[in-house]
Amino acid sequence: MNNAPLLELRGVGITAGDRRNRRTLVRDVDLTVAAGETVGLVGESGSGKSMLVKSAMRLLPRHAATSGRIDFEGRSVLGFSRRELSAYRSRDVALIHQDPRAHTNPLRTIGDFLVEGVVAGKLLGPREARQRACALMAAIGITDPEHRLTQYPHQLSGGLLQRMMIVAALLPSPKLVFADEPTTALDVTVQSEVMAILQEQIRERNLGLLFISHDLDLAAAVTDSLAVMYAGTVVERGTTAEVYSRPLHPYTAGLLACRPSATAVTRLKPIPGRPVSAYEVASGCAFAARCPFATEECRKDRPQLRTVEDRLVACHRVEQIGAELAQVVHS
Amino acid sequence: MTTRSVIAPALVVEGLRKEFPAHSRGGKALVAVDDVSFTLERGGSLAVVGESGSGKTTTARIVAGLERATSGTVTAAGSGKGTARPVQMVFQDPFASLDPRQRIGAGLTELLRVRIGLGRAAARERAVGLLAEVGLDEQHAARLPRDLSGGQRQRVAIARALALEPEILILDEAVAALDVSVQAQVLNLLRDIRERTTVAFLFVSHDLAVVRQVTDQCLVMRNGRVVEQGPTAEVLDHPRDPYTRELLDAVPRPGWQPRRRSA
Amino acid sequence: MATLTATLRLRRMSTRRPGDPLLMVSAALAAGLVVLAVIGPWIAPYDPAATDVLAASQGPSGAHLFGTDSLGRDIFSRALTGARLSFAGPGIIVLGSAGLGTLLALAAAWHGGWVDRLLNRLLTLLFAIPGVLVAVVAAAVFGAGFWAPVLALTLVYTPYVARVVRSVAVRQRQLPYIEALQLAGLPTWRICLRHLLPNVAPIVLAQATIGFGSALMDFGAVSFLGLGMQPPTAEWGVMVADGRSEVLDGAVQQSMAAGLCIVISVVAFNVLGERLTQRFGGTR
Repeated sequence: MNNAPLLELRGVGITAGDRRNRRTLVRDVDLTVAAGETVGLVGESGSGKSMLVKSAMRLLPRHAATSGRIDFEGRSVLGFSRRELSAYRSRDVALIHQDPRAHTNPLRTIGDFLVEGVVAGKLLGPREARQRACALMAAIGITDPEHRLTQYPHQLSGGLLQRMMIVAALLPSPKLVFADEPTTALDVTVQSEVMAILQEQIRERNLGLLFISHDLDLAAAVTDSLAVMYAGTVVERGTTAEVYSRPLHPYTAGLLACRPSATAVTRLKPIPGRPVSAYEVASGCAFAARCPFATEECRKDRPQLRTVEDRLVACHRVEQIGAELAQVVHS
Repeated sequence: MTTRSVIAPALVVEGLRKEFPAHSRGGKALVAVDDVSFTLERGGSLAVVGESGSGKTTTARIVAGLERATSGTVTAAGSGKGTARPVQMVFQDPFASLDPRQRIGAGLTELLRVRIGLGRAAARERAVGLLAEVGLDEQHAARLPRDLSGGQRQRVAIARALALEPEILILDEAVAALDVSVQAQVLNLLRDIRERTTVAFLFVSHDLAVVRQVTDQCLVMRNGRVVEQGPTAEVLDHPRDPYTRELLDAVPRPGWQPRRRSA
Repeated sequence: MATLTATLRLRRMSTRRPGDPLLMVSAALAAGLVVLAVIGPWIAPYDPAATDVLAASQGPSGAHLFGTDSLGRDIFSRALTGARLSFAGPGIIVLGSAGLGTLLALAAAWHGGWVDRLLNRLLTLLFAIPGVLVAVVAAAVFGAGFWAPVLALTLVYTPYVARVVRSVAVRQRQLPYIEALQLAGLPTWRICLRHLLPNVAPIVLAQATIGFGSALMDFGAVSFLGLGMQPPTAEWGVMVADGRSEVLDGAVQQSMAAGLCIVISVVAFNVLGERLTQRFGGTR
């Protein structure tokens, strides 16, 4: 994957609130997504992963501010004019939400919903848009597409509606797709199907995909590289196979170790405490309070991402704890 | 698992059926639960597994008495003795299942005083004990639900249910809304409770991995009907029904690839 | 779900902003007015009933802050003393209608079904009747004075409280915590009074505050029409009416002072109520 990156985040920080009470939600995040690459952004609640996607689309609410650089094909997203921004949103990137029902107007037909964006963005004429939508639906295995166009969201199951969201996202032929927990609201069997479709389409079109999930197992199955977020920062970044099979950060290891298995009964090894948000962390490593390996240094100095064995890890003690981490995961 | 002497079952459900009336005149009534029967032993743990629309939650709500069955019987142990409720329930959403304006300790002592009949001091002492049992301490007693994390709230919900010394504890997707790292804590807690007490679990869940950890028996539902039933390990390791197999195949795990159904 | 909590957290942060200047100002003003109404009679510089024919119909001066009326009574003292009565009427109306309305709302929200439908019909019917008219008719039937209009207005204000509180209570009723309490076997009255009520209380307070402003206006209007409080009682509505004849003689101070008192109070309580409603997220 030696393509120039489509999306490049450099030192991105997000704060929200008013002047008296500003809170840090995301701190100093670097991330790149290249064409044809699927990047997983994994973290629990409060990790800031959804905020990051919102900021990359400039969809954050007014009282939230983004710092750092967000470049799309070398152009600064944060510096876009209103017109550039609407062109960027309508044809360069697409967003698939967690809850498709909340993002469709119950009073409009699926057809209206699908073609509205591309027609308004003057990418396609109404008739052509409908034809393309039907072709896409057929391609991802939706039967009787013409009829579907005339249906309303409540007539479709959650899985089918999420597939419509994929159609809507792909219709303008974007270069990059953000998928924010696209299958979290779905049943597992439907999740498998929707993910298969999404993966197939992304590969076929050689698109970039930023896949946000709280489910490390799911993300590992569908991504090329992984970024694990905790309390608003990326704590580990590397190729999926490596991060998943041999985590270097204690948090990644903890996440892998605490997931129950469907094939064996074991005493689970939970991470003590609860996930925190960036603004709850005063100094030092955000994970120190829950980390079995934390030392005085961890509580005082915030570790920076550094390169360890071909990947990036934000942990002072990577070298010392490697062997023990392996034990945490595989026992 | 520890072996338990089996006396009378904690819960016997026979031929349960629930129809919801049709929305429009002339429309067909929706059958949410169709001929469901099962037995939950005392101190046992039974999983009701299924996807949305399978009827698993409706079944649990009927057992809890929150919904009335169209036909069929639910017999819970201890339903004869006085006013005590043999069935308690922990709900999915930790953010909505506690009174937002009542402090944790006050909520527990209210239950203990009104339902168990303890005096003020005894209730307070027992409340602290219950909080300790679920891994919380006195300091949490003074807080409001909004000052607790999702995992802590779910612990409080469990403590509230246990306060009434039920025979059966229904857990309706009780860990589904929790972050994984916290989910593991609550699952361990549930296992500890099983070892400590004789309360029986009716564990409603869509998550097979979670079900594996805390149940001995398992019931797979689809479209209101039971498709497979047996010991959890047996059902998950050697599924007989194709739907159970499909469910298992869809669980992401190392080496897993998403698949489009051929149907 | 992680996304959901993140957005919720973000939203909560934005709404929990401490500074709502309008809320602060109106709350301070309303509180000040209530304090004045309570202590008014003790701090009034003159006896509000004392006439002084030699100093009749004077404009504002150092001795008489708001001037005097045609009988030479000190208008400032009368306005201060009258505040108590002018607030007592609406106060009782609001207490009564909030209590009754909340009770009806909780009953409707709890039982749903036909109880709810019946209440809805009843409210719709009551909404069609203009408040002042009912008060006037009540005064005509039961005689002018304090209680007839107060009781009539209490009845008229009840549906306004009931409607808003019902919508909030219905939402609360559907939350699992209520089901959990039912499952725990707590008596219904206890769940309603100890759990449901505290959770709708903020919106009751907000509605009562708005109602207080309107009731003040209506009660004043009834007195102005001569069907509520009677002269020579010091009450704002009565004072505005008393002042009418003086206006023709060029002495506007009495009507003006009492009228301003009413306007300021109504605005203060209305704004406060609106801000509280905003804050507590009720639907109107």
